[in-house]
Amino acid sequence: MARTVTTQRKTLNTALAWAVGLLIFFPIFWTILTSFKTEAQAIASPPIFLNFEWTLENYAIVQERSDYMRFLWNSVIIAGGSTVLGVIVAIPAAWAMAFVPSKRTKDILLWMLSTKMLPAVGVLYPIYLLFIQLGLLDSRGGLVVVLMLINLPIIVWMLYTYFREIPGEILEAARMDGATLKEEILYILTPMAIPGIASTVLLNFILAWNEAFWTLNLTAVDAAPLTAFIASYSSPEGLFFAKLSAASTMAIAPILILGWFSQKQLVRGLTFGAVK
Amino acid sequence: MATQHSRSVARLMMAPAVVLLLGWMLVPLTMTLYFSFKKYLPLRGGDLGWVGFDNYVRFVSSSSFWPAVQATLVIVGGVLVITVILGILLAMLLDQPMWGQGVVRILVIAPFFVMPTVSALVWKNMFMDPVNGLLAHLWRFFGAEPISWLSEASMTSIVMIVSWQWLPFATLILLTAIQSLDSEQLEAAEMDGAPVLKRFYHIILPHLGRAITIVILIQTIFLLSIFAEIFVTTGGAFGTRTLTYMIFQRVLESQNVGLGSAGGVYAIILANIVAIFLMRIVGKNLDA
Amino acid sequence: MYLRNALRAATAMTLVATAAANADTLTIATVNNGDMIRMQGYTDKFTEATGIDVEWVTLEENVLRQRVTTDITTKGGTFDIMTIGMYETPIWGANGWLVPLDGLSEEYDVGDILPAMAGGLSHDGTLFAAPFYGESSMIMYRTDLMEKAGMEMPDAPTWQFIKEAAAAMTDRDAEINGICLRGKAGWGEGGAFITAMSNSFGARWFDEEWKPQFDQPEWADTLNFYVEMMNESGPAGYATNGFNENLSLFQQGKCGMWIDATVAASFVTNPNDSTVADHVGFALAPDTGLGKRSNWLWAWALAIPAGTQQEDAAKQFIEWATSKDYIELVAESEGWANVPPGARTSLYENPEYQKVPFSKMTLDSILSADPNSPTVKPVPYVGIQFAAIPEFAGIATQVSQEFSAVYAGQQTVEEALAKAQAFTAEEMEAAGY
Repeated sequence: MARTVTTQRKTLNTALAWAVGLLIFFPIFWTILTSFKTEAQAIASPPIFLNFEWTLENYAIVQERSDYMRFLWNSVIIAGGSTVLGVIVAIPAAWAMAFVPSKRTKDILLWMLSTKMLPAVGVLYPIYLLFIQLGLLDSRGGLVVVLMLINLPIIVWMLYTYFREIPGEILEAARMDGATLKEEILYILTPMAIPGIASTVLLNFILAWNEAFWTLNLTAVDAAPLTAFIASYSSPEGLFFAKLSAASTMAIAPILILGWFSQKQLVRGLTFGAVK
Repeated sequence: MATQHSRSVARLMMAPAVVLLLGWMLVPLTMTLYFSFKKYLPLRGGDLGWVGFDNYVRFVSSSSFWPAVQATLVIVGGVLVITVILGILLAMLLDQPMWGQGVVRILVIAPFFVMPTVSALVWKNMFMDPVNGLLAHLWRFFGAEPISWLSEASMTSIVMIVSWQWLPFATLILLTAIQSLDSEQLEAAEMDGAPVLKRFYHIILPHLGRAITIVILIQTIFLLSIFAEIFVTTGGAFGTRTLTYMIFQRVLESQNVGLGSAGGVYAIILANIVAIFLMRIVGKNLDA
Repeated sequence: MYLRNALRAATAMTLVATAAANADTLTIATVNNGDMIRMQGYTDKFTEATGIDVEWVTLEENVLRQRVTTDITTKGGTFDIMTIGMYETPIWGANGWLVPLDGLSEEYDVGDILPAMAGGLSHDGTLFAAPFYGESSMIMYRTDLMEKAGMEMPDAPTWQFIKEAAAAMTDRDAEINGICLRGKAGWGEGGAFITAMSNSFGARWFDEEWKPQFDQPEWADTLNFYVEMMNESGPAGYATNGFNENLSLFQQGKCGMWIDATVAASFVTNPNDSTVADHVGFALAPDTGLGKRSNWLWAWALAIPAGTQQEDAAKQFIEWATSKDYIELVAESEGWANVPPGARTSLYENPEYQKVPFSKMTLDSILSADPNSPTVKPVPYVGIQFAAIPEFAGIATQVSQEFSAVYAGQQTVEEALAKAQAFTAEEMEAAGY
């Protein structure tokens, strides 16, 4: 039964929610808007809102300076690769934890999370030396592995919480029918867990996309993703708000669009088992 | 149901993830420990021999150590408090019936998609700049003297920026939890004429306990290691030098890998103290 | 070994598209300054002439420094050419990490590089990096505001004059600040400025025994003077202003005077970017009559890390990018005011360049800077706004953070100096001085 609400209260809710939503979104909106201004308009006092002549000049300048598509492609490969690899490693582990729990399951889960607390800056030298040894500097493969490891705990945990929601009886029934373990995972478990896996993939794609320490420090040219792209726009000479905005918009646009289109899946993914 | 056989299969299935993470933990940890007992100055020829616990003593006795610990805790704590409180309020608001709920939800989660570097750059330059920033314009519009956010209110500014990034995450988890709340229960309470506050304390808040724990746990993990937001905005000045940032300064700015590694070991210890503390709570809550 | 192979295999999967670094491709790490970005636009000409491809890694100064330092100290070999400054070059050169730039071609005319620049980019007489552009610092001021204030800027003013002029030019209602100076934390930002300024007040970083000197009155004099002047006539929030912030302010007409890098002269006089392009005058950085002025010396230079596979191609590129021909190439299409300044003697002998309003003052500033004798009292280090020892960058960044906290009104000058003294002593002891 839906709650009955007066129109008046609904109007009030709507107004309030929209006000808050727009306020939270405003910095992004302002960045996108500024990217279409000239540098002079970008710092005009008082600030200009919509009454200016829109220009694509900043995008042209940014594109001329750095080949956007190459950075974008690297971001896609690194974020995508690490997520896929992570999910492949995590599914069996999460399955085992969810359906064959032991006394230690929770400890292992929490231990995995604790590996994320190692401060990255503290281990830059060791990892850098290791990468040189392995010939992985500035390679997408190296970054895929590192980002996969960084996000693996989150992936395992998220999948674990989904798998736990799947009733064990179904599996048992399948087992009675003579399904092998492989079949059980492939044909029964996975389809049921598809929404969960999808949201896990989404969240981790976002996390990997936005990771800015390793992606910046372990790359140069061949593997440099958008985080490196943005690192050349932080404080150039002269007026730069408009160009910075254009570069920022370019860096966040793909993930923003992806996020918007898939927000329903993502929202489900963010429960982390918070809901029983 | 868990037979001996399925146990060993389960162990096998967990093996890849566990081994990989163990490697990812042990290899850098061992190397960090190794360096931390060395005088290792890359610009002075690298490895200059063993020095025992010198680096550890030096790192803690530095005048910036305790302020750094404090800054770390203030940032983590501040962001947690803000995102949880605002997150609950926002989640309750979004749970109400309204027009255009989907669009509002998109607006609210958008900051989560923005790279930390980009959000720090945008906030620093376009909002917090004391001359050309939008906030300065706003202040001037109301006849007030603009604030130099990043120097006069450095901590507040950083907590603000980071909270903006993490509020969507908290809101979404809490929203999912609220939506699962039995609405009949709430309505019954409403009928009984229970005041709003009472309903909140006795029905909503207890129900959110688990979600709040998850928010705190996940966010703490990420917040303990925030770096880009400080690097881009204050560079560690004005009391915003966190433990992570201090390690960065020792390793990369001072090029003292030994000292920085000792700092890394301290950071791991601090992280684990926080972790154990958290896991106590979470562990309890996760069982429920 | 197994781990190694496994990792390699994992890499191979995702490496399909990435061929091994092309033999004829140079990877160059560089800073995102205007002159460097302009050079990237001209690289096609280099590739056309030599068949060598160039890949740029353009980073913001702090990120660049962090990136190249990690790579060179670990011998990572990621870059074939690195853009570094006067601080890094002698230290890295001494460690044998850079390829000596000898055997350069006749046409390149290495003797034409300004002696001050060549000196700062050498170790033991060997050149390790070729200056792309060089700079000192000088006063840039608004001639119209100066006139309005009824004052006249001498060619070589004192700090006392600057302070009075700043107060006279300040008009808070019109959003005009008499003076804009760097206050931002960071050894290359506010740290560089205050160190150069302190030289003219007779202060020094270390005495001959490498003892930090922040407990000496000269440092207190410098900081007190600076803070007093900035509070009186500086812009709001100057504690976070660096080069770029001040440049914006000056271009928007919000500063009466600005003491900063000589390269800024071409930006503030460029009518496309600057609203005050027609009203800018130049003067030497101020002094206090003690015999040293407060100008610094810096160069962004190109160096080749030892161990690169492409030493010859890298040398070829450096010869091209820092040549007389490159300067002429830029002059032809962008005008003489936009060529990379401060690197070559011949540029300042060129009658075309002499017509550029700031050329003489730039040269005079560069010539008056002496890294070997930076301040009034003797010092054991080389460098004007820095001391060329590996520990300096780390120490000076933290010291300048303490100073910035003073500018922001969070602590007193005495407190900051006491902390700076303690911290520096601590670090120097750790480094074994």
